[in-house]
Formats: sequence, structure tokens, C-alpha cells
Amino acid sequence: MFTTLNHVVMAKKELQVSAIENGTVIDHIPAGKLFDVINVLGLSEMENAMTLGVNLRSTKLGKKAIIKIWDKFLEDEEVNKLALVAPSAKINIIRDYDVVEKKKVNVPEKVEGIVKCMNPKCITNHEKVRTKFTVVNNAPIVLKCHYCEKLTDQEHMEMN
Amino acid sequence: MNTRSLVSIEDYTKEEILEVLKSASEFEANPNQRLLEGKVVASLFFEPSTRTRLSFETAINRLGGRIIGFSDASSSSVTKGETLKDTIKMVDNYVDLIVMRHPVEGAARYASEVAVHPVVNAGDGANQHPSQTMLDLYSIYKTQGTLENLDICMVGDLKYGRTVHSLLQAMSHFHPTFHFVAPESLQMPEAYKMHLKELNIPYFEHTELDEVINKADILYMTRVQRERFADPLEYEKVKNVYILKNAMLAHAKENMRILHPLPRVNEIDVDVDENPKAYYFEQARNGVFARQAIICKALGLK
Repeated sequence: MFTTLNHVVMAKKELQVSAIENGTVIDHIPAGKLFDVINVLGLSEMENAMTLGVNLRSTKLGKKAIIKIWDKFLEDEEVNKLALVAPSAKINIIRDYDVVEKKKVNVPEKVEGIVKCMNPKCITNHEKVRTKFTVVNNAPIVLKCHYCEKLTDQEHMEMN
Repeated sequence: MNTRSLVSIEDYTKEEILEVLKSASEFEANPNQRLLEGKVVASLFFEPSTRTRLSFETAINRLGGRIIGFSDASSSSVTKGETLKDTIKMVDNYVDLIVMRHPVEGAARYASEVAVHPVVNAGDGANQHPSQTMLDLYSIYKTQGTLENLDICMVGDLKYGRTVHSLLQAMSHFHPTFHFVAPESLQMPEAYKMHLKELNIPYFEHTELDEVINKADILYMTRVQRERFADPLEYEKVKNVYILKNAMLAHAKENMRILHPLPRVNEIDVDVDENPKAYYFEQARNGVFARQAIICKALGLK
């Protein structure tokens, strides 16, 4: 299998998570954020083959996580959801074992349904109301709730 | 969703604020106008607030409208476990306008999305209470003759006080200078100070009330509420820090007026009440006119 790998992958002596032929690689996820990424992208509902690695060595992050999804090409909107939980993540689109596209994680202007409002007195935490936020700050991310108008910051962000 | 609801003071542009104030002054000159003849208004108070409810219901009565509703959630189907959505959907079938007070923050915004008819927020938890803000603005406008270039001094609980937050947002259209007087634990939240910085609006933070009284055009006093404190000891420490007494007003500006959203506890000594600068009782009276103007705007009647 390794004989077919391209030069980028060949440069590494040994891959910590084996390569995929076609699909998406989400790399440089902070180790503690793996499950948030799984939630935010709804990966547990997905039928595609996937390999996950966590607590892998990373020179940048110390410990990182990686997700490789076979035959799935993330849309820009999905990529932007990642900004909420793992802005440092790098997305590579793979075709025939080659990186054909690198996608940048951009913070969206509006966030709907993904994040919980941190205000326990907000209507969205009392009744079945889909959350809506506007992004008022990018780094670190701060969201303003459309309903209670309170701010939810990165540190207190929980996924729905 | 309807677009004429008033949920947050930010739903009004500067022009709309001025338009509503003008309309309020017309209602003050001529309070009994049967503009709501044949209309039914729901007054839904999911938590009791006698002052606000009576003010709204007076406004509706003076406009010749009919009222249905409840003054306490215990007398509604909420106690049977009905969701807010269902209550609003049901009431929306019957009425032309919904006035609602609810303890949960964002409840009024949600109701305005569920209802076909306009919703006027009469307070949603610690979030917004825009009709209070409009009556505050009307009181400022009436006593100062303008909203422009005023020195607004806010005193007391600036951290949790929704009235000061909404007033700050609304006054931001009119080139004010703000003075904040609050104990350490109750200072104006960073988010609002950032908002002022972005708009280049000057503000000063003080810990002594004496320092600012003589600069103020408007002295906006607020109550430090016991229920805001998890630690009762913390409340005891700050509850008596800022008490306004008549003697402190000796060198205040001639045009200065004292406002307070009421109810007060002890933060304004009763010896201030006879001072012509005390305006808080007239302020409450202005609420009826401001609410008449808000209701008519929501229904597109004026």
C-alpha cells in the first residue's frame, strides 16, 4: 500500500494514522477537541469509513487529534463549523492519495443550531428553540445570542 | 414573523426613537384617543409586575382597546405544562397585539417569531424592557428639551441593571457623555464599555457619588437588588454605598433631574422627594404616554 503514496506522505517515515485514497483529512485538531469536532460535524451519524487518531505527537500542539473520512468531501459550510471548536484545524481534500485542495477554516458570520447558549436563563435552554447567534468577535470567538442577547465565549462554548 | 414588534430597544432606529417620543408628547397633550376601538390586546404577564402591567393597561384603556390576559402565570395554562410557543400560538388567534412579560430571557423575541401579530416586550428576565427605556428617554427629552450632548450619570447596580444597559444603548445615538458610579462588584460590564469605545463615546468610572453630581444633566439612580447576589454578605456590603440625600444636590446644575425606574428602597432619601430636581414620580406617569405611542406604532396606527 505504501508504494502508492505521494511524496508528501512519503516524507514521513511512518504515518500515525494510515492514509486514505479519497476523502477529507482534518489534521491539527487539539487533542481535547476531538469529540467536539465529531459532534459539530455530525460524524457519528455518517456511514462513511473513518479513522480517528488522538493523543498523537505534534510539534505545534503537543498532542493532536486527526480524522480521516473516506469518500467525504467537506463543504465550506461544514468547514466553517470547525472554526467554532478547532480553529487551528487544517483540512486537506484527498483524491487518489494526493492532497488536491487545502481548505481554510473561516469563522462564519452567523451560527445556527450548533452551539448552546451559555445563559441558563435563555429561552433556548428552556424550550425547544433552535439557537441562533451572530459572531461578534473572531479570535477568540464570541457569539451573541439572537434571543437573550447574552454573549457566549469560546471558553464556555458547548455544542448542542 | 412580523416586523413591527418591539422586543429590544435596538429594534428602533434613532429616527424611530424620535418619532415615538413625538407621538408620546401628542398623547400627553391628548391622552384619550380611541385609536384601538374594536381591537383586542393580550396582556400576558407570566410573572407579576403590577407597575408595568397597570401602565400598559392604562395606555390600552385610554386608546379605547379591550384587554384579555393574565397577571400571573399561576392563573394560566403554563401551570399545566404548556410551552410558551403553544400559549402564544393560541392567544395570537384571538388578538391584534400581544404585550408580554416573561421571566425567561429571549422569550419575547421567540414569541415575536411564533406570532403573526406584533409583540411588545414588557420585560424578559434580566434582558430587555424597551418600554421602560422609551419612558426614560421621553423623561430626559421633556426635562432637557433635547437628547443631544447630555452628561448622563448612572448610579448603583450597573452590572445587572437592564434599565441602565438599554438606556446606554439608546442614548448612544445622541452624543452623550457617561459617568458610571458603582461599587467594585457591580460595575458596568466590559461588553458595554467596548460598545462605547467603538462609537467614540466618552465615559468615566467613579467610585464616589459626590464627584459627579455637579456635572450631571441626568442622574439615573438604580436599586441594588438583593436577589442578584448569591452571597448575602456581599449584598450587605454594597447595599448602602450610594444613597442620594438632598444636601448633596446643593451645587447641582439647574437643569439636572433625578430619574429612577422605581421601586426604590433607600437609595434616594425621602428628603429628596420635595426637591424640584426629583423627577421619578413624573417619570412613571410618562410611561403611559410612551406606551400609547409604542402600541400605536406596533399596530401601524400612527
